[in-house]
Amino acid sequence: MSQLEIKDLHVAIGDKPIVRGFTLTIRRGEVHAIMGPNGTGKSTLAKAVAGHPDYTITGGDVLLDGKSILTHEADERARAGLFLAFQYPSDIPGVSIANFLRAAVQARLAEGEELDATAYYQRLYAKMDLLKIDRKFTSRSVNDGFSGGEKKRCEILQMAMLEPKFALMDETDSGLDIDALRIVADGVNALRAAAHPPGILLITHYQRLLDYIVPDHVHVMWDGRIVKSGDKSLALELEAKGYDWVKKEFAAA
Amino acid sequence: MTTLPETKSPIGSFTAAAFATHLAAQPSSAPTWWLDRKRAAYESFAAIPLPTRTNESWRFSTLAGLTLDGFEVGTAGPSRPGSDATTSLFGLPALAFANNTLASRTALPADLAAKGVIVTTLSAALNSHPDLLKAHFMAQPQKLGSEKFAALHTAFIGDGAFIYIPRGVEVPAPIVITHSASGAGTAVFPHTLVIAEENAKVTIVDHFVSADSASTPDNPNSKLQTPKFALGANDLYAAHGSALTYVAAQNWSRDTLSFQFNSTVVRRDACVQSLNLHLGARQARHESLSQLQAPGAFSEMLALTVAEGAQEFDQRTLQIHQAPNTKSDLLYKNALRDTAKTIFSGLIVVDPDAQKTDAYQSNRNLMLSDDAEACSLPGLEIQANDVRCTHGATSSRIDPEQEFYLQSRGIAKADADELLTFGFFEEVLARLASEPLHDALHELIKTKFKK
Repeated sequence: MSQLEIKDLHVAIGDKPIVRGFTLTIRRGEVHAIMGPNGTGKSTLAKAVAGHPDYTITGGDVLLDGKSILTHEADERARAGLFLAFQYPSDIPGVSIANFLRAAVQARLAEGEELDATAYYQRLYAKMDLLKIDRKFTSRSVNDGFSGGEKKRCEILQMAMLEPKFALMDETDSGLDIDALRIVADGVNALRAAAHPPGILLITHYQRLLDYIVPDHVHVMWDGRIVKSGDKSLALELEAKGYDWVKKEFAAA
Repeated sequence: MTTLPETKSPIGSFTAAAFATHLAAQPSSAPTWWLDRKRAAYESFAAIPLPTRTNESWRFSTLAGLTLDGFEVGTAGPSRPGSDATTSLFGLPALAFANNTLASRTALPADLAAKGVIVTTLSAALNSHPDLLKAHFMAQPQKLGSEKFAALHTAFIGDGAFIYIPRGVEVPAPIVITHSASGAGTAVFPHTLVIAEENAKVTIVDHFVSADSASTPDNPNSKLQTPKFALGANDLYAAHGSALTYVAAQNWSRDTLSFQFNSTVVRRDACVQSLNLHLGARQARHESLSQLQAPGAFSEMLALTVAEGAQEFDQRTLQIHQAPNTKSDLLYKNALRDTAKTIFSGLIVVDPDAQKTDAYQSNRNLMLSDDAEACSLPGLEIQANDVRCTHGATSSRIDPEQEFYLQSRGIAKADADELLTFGFFEEVLARLASEPLHDALHELIKTKFKK
């Protein structure tokens, strides 16, 4: 079984430690929700695992199917099967979604292998239909002038096209109204229902998203590590008691 | 002990004897006024000194690279059937010149010929349309610093394209002209002259290539140098209400010293769009002059450059608003790698009675290397009081967050940077109305990224 293992991971930005001993194993097909107050290191964790150059791994390891990926560049990690759905995706003026995705798909082919353009567009349009995205979307520049909802749908479309083994979804619900949230959640659920569903690390601040994407496991992150794990009822408990409950319980620990 | 730099010859290989040989080779049908013009041009060329460091219009240029030695005026070699790579990119050339001589031509569609469209050689037009040639060939002032080199062009020009679109005629497909150079030390003098009469509409593509070692990246270890000298010019004339699109793709071999001079005259309610793509040459200077001569005239001046290795691209522009209610819009974008250098010096001039002028000038540089250098000198000279003139220059690097975003999708860093460079260029390419032309230029630029 394919798995992503994060072992006692420590991450710093500059000299400042942010993630401090984070451990979690995700198997393919599982959805793990990570919840926690702002500033607790959730986004840092996602970016560091994806290979952002500004984040320094100061300890621990990340293994994909048993192999450490920490020495790999971000693009190598992606080709190995990792996907980061950004909280704030960059806009790339002048690069169409079609060309961007094409380059990403091409990057996964063997050296010298040519992309089958017809098959590519067929697959792209099928995924767009699945996610209820208008075909005109493909000629627009990546995220350029997109609404919050469009950006997040664009992230899900990329995830659908690249079929990662593991997806790190960073605050996918932020900036979405309830309708947009439902569309995005439907997209993620469609991927979960696919033949080879990815393992998902769902980072969120609010329980709301978990009404739509029901997790298998819920973890509470505090001060750079997991302090409590449970099933989806833990998310409801958090919602009822608030993060102050976590703070009180674990600040001393 | 210091050694004074060797003083370069102001005429180099282009000696009086070389000129006499060139003149003697002119066809007997060449009119006297033409030969007189060539003689006068040669005298100017020989009399004007090479640019010096104190010359403002050559500021930042590598003057040491402007050598005129070691060249020979190119003559037609054996024909190379099927060797023309431009056929697939821009379509079949209407005229293909090789080393200053017409190598092949494609007949105009019959309907266009019947409407009076002319696509022929300058040497033929000397006899068939002498008045138009007299009026338009290198007829505009050289104001951007290259009087000497423009004179050299006129003195040694062998042949070129002459394109005339009569009143009200619209030419649907681009007219493609290729100019190629081959052989070590070859000097070529390409020329394209376009006259769009009232309400005519046409698109012209000039494609400059070296038949040998075309688009090969410069290799410092290579001893197989075939230095070339290319001194090209184009005259664009857009009469009342006409629409002229001019695309030039410069892809000379990497050991070429290249000059390109453009003169654009825009008359009432006419519209000229020019796009210059600069890829090739060792050192390339491009001078572009737009004169907006009557109300409603519009000139859109676009350029894209990919500079790499030790290439130098030197671009000098002048937008002159000579009448009220005229518009110009310049956007030059350069992407620089390695130790390449670009220079942009642009000036907008608004004459005293050119009220309601709307002029824009922008130079944007994408620095893909810390060792590359982009110099920008934007300028305004406004003598009217009711105008809108904007200019600016920026240099930026690849945005690391954009780069990470692409990398996080599995795209390798080098490919990500290429994609971002195309994104940077797209603002210019998207201005072209023709999608096939857009795609052909895109493909051509891509060849410079292939390793």
